[in-house]
Amino acid sequence: MNFKKVKKIKTPLSKDLAKNFRIGDWILLSGIVYTARDQAHKRMFELIEKGKKMPLNLENAVIYYTGPSPAKPGEILGSAGPTTSARMDKYTPLLLKMGLSGMIGKGERSGEVKSAVKEFGGVYLVTIGGAGAYLSERVKKVKCLFWQDLGPEAIYEFILEDFPCLVAYDAYGGDYFQAVRAKFRGGIK
Amino acid sequence: MLKNTVKDLALSANFDLDKRVEKLIRKAEKQEISPNGKIALKIILENIKLARKKKMPICQDTGLAVFFLELGRNLKIDFDLTKVLNQGLREASREGFLRNSVADPISRKNTKDNTPAIIHLNLTDGNRLKIKLLIKGAGSENQSLARMLKPGEGIEGIKKAVVEWVQSAGGKACPPIFIGLGIGGDLELSALLAKKALLRPAGSKNQDPVLAHLEKEILEAVNQSGIGPGGLGGRFTALAVQAEKAPGHIASLALAINLQCWAHRSAEAVL
Repeated sequence: MNFKKVKKIKTPLSKDLAKNFRIGDWILLSGIVYTARDQAHKRMFELIEKGKKMPLNLENAVIYYTGPSPAKPGEILGSAGPTTSARMDKYTPLLLKMGLSGMIGKGERSGEVKSAVKEFGGVYLVTIGGAGAYLSERVKKVKCLFWQDLGPEAIYEFILEDFPCLVAYDAYGGDYFQAVRAKFRGGIK
Repeated sequence: MLKNTVKDLALSANFDLDKRVEKLIRKAEKQEISPNGKIALKIILENIKLARKKKMPICQDTGLAVFFLELGRNLKIDFDLTKVLNQGLREASREGFLRNSVADPISRKNTKDNTPAIIHLNLTDGNRLKIKLLIKGAGSENQSLARMLKPGEGIEGIKKAVVEWVQSAGGKACPPIFIGLGIGGDLELSALLAKKALLRPAGSKNQDPVLAHLEKEILEAVNQSGIGPGGLGGRFTALAVQAEKAPGHIASLALAINLQCWAHRSAEAVL
């Protein structure tokens, strides 16, 4: 794949490191990320709100919004592409405040999330929706960490290798979607 | 036998993308002017090949199974058709390692076998049973809409509503998308027509020249939005617009917009 301006990054992702990213940058991400989607977010949010201990340390962590399909025998993972990030918008500002530094998903998000990325630092990354088989090949290890009862919605630890994503919101308030739509609106230019 | 056919349909729809869809994506990849949009399409094409080769789901969201059945009226069905369809789907989910993606709407408890399928049954002439299966992921289904326009808004109102809606869906519906439109009828008929329109061969024109023209105009307008493949910017926000219509009340203009992601997974069989 011919990525422009590609950066190879390894997690944990500190907020200082995230300051180097600008919207439109391609990143090949390696290292540990945690999967979480609707139900896991709801549970994390409720634990934090009640002041209870969170099982996941969010400091410098990256969350990947995905609910993989089951692994076939002899494989570690089924398909594992991104799910729609906007469904997690309600929970995200609080998680960013708690130390979360990166999110990987697909699609536009609320103004609150965009502002929270700017306020607390970090980065919102997108990858290619629907490319579950392709992206799964860039996940090298998988471990279910907790809330196994949630099935595909449980929190898994993935170890990524050169997982392609693009910076959609950066720590400076940048919005890739807005910028790019303005550029390509009206078709051929 | 019917059960095995259903199982095969569910597996092939999930692993082996319709060649017509793939062809549209390949054409878009050649013509896309946005570098990042092009990268998105390249990854998508690689993903399609990989899923086919490894017999693994194209997308982890192996979706909700929607069946449209055309039952020949001379055919006698002396078994529980719904039960057999669900059993085929259940076995496909287990044997094909499909994700369990169906839950109770209130308790959110997963049914753990992707049943129940959504089944639409129509009677037709003859003695055959035609089964069309559409796999609907939530990314695009969630970005769908049924609304009642005012009759006076007419064709311009329809165009405006669709273009605005697709713009608001942006990258969330996994573009380049297919846009199914149901125009007229009442609330549920318009929604059904929008889904039926998606079941026409991918990229096909409506036989009614007025609707075919509308499809073309909406496609051009949507592709001016700049959303592009994967929402990463570009010309190819949609690959096709497919519309169907039905007469409705003089005071109504029902419009349903059913979006389908680029992974437009369908399969059909005739028994």
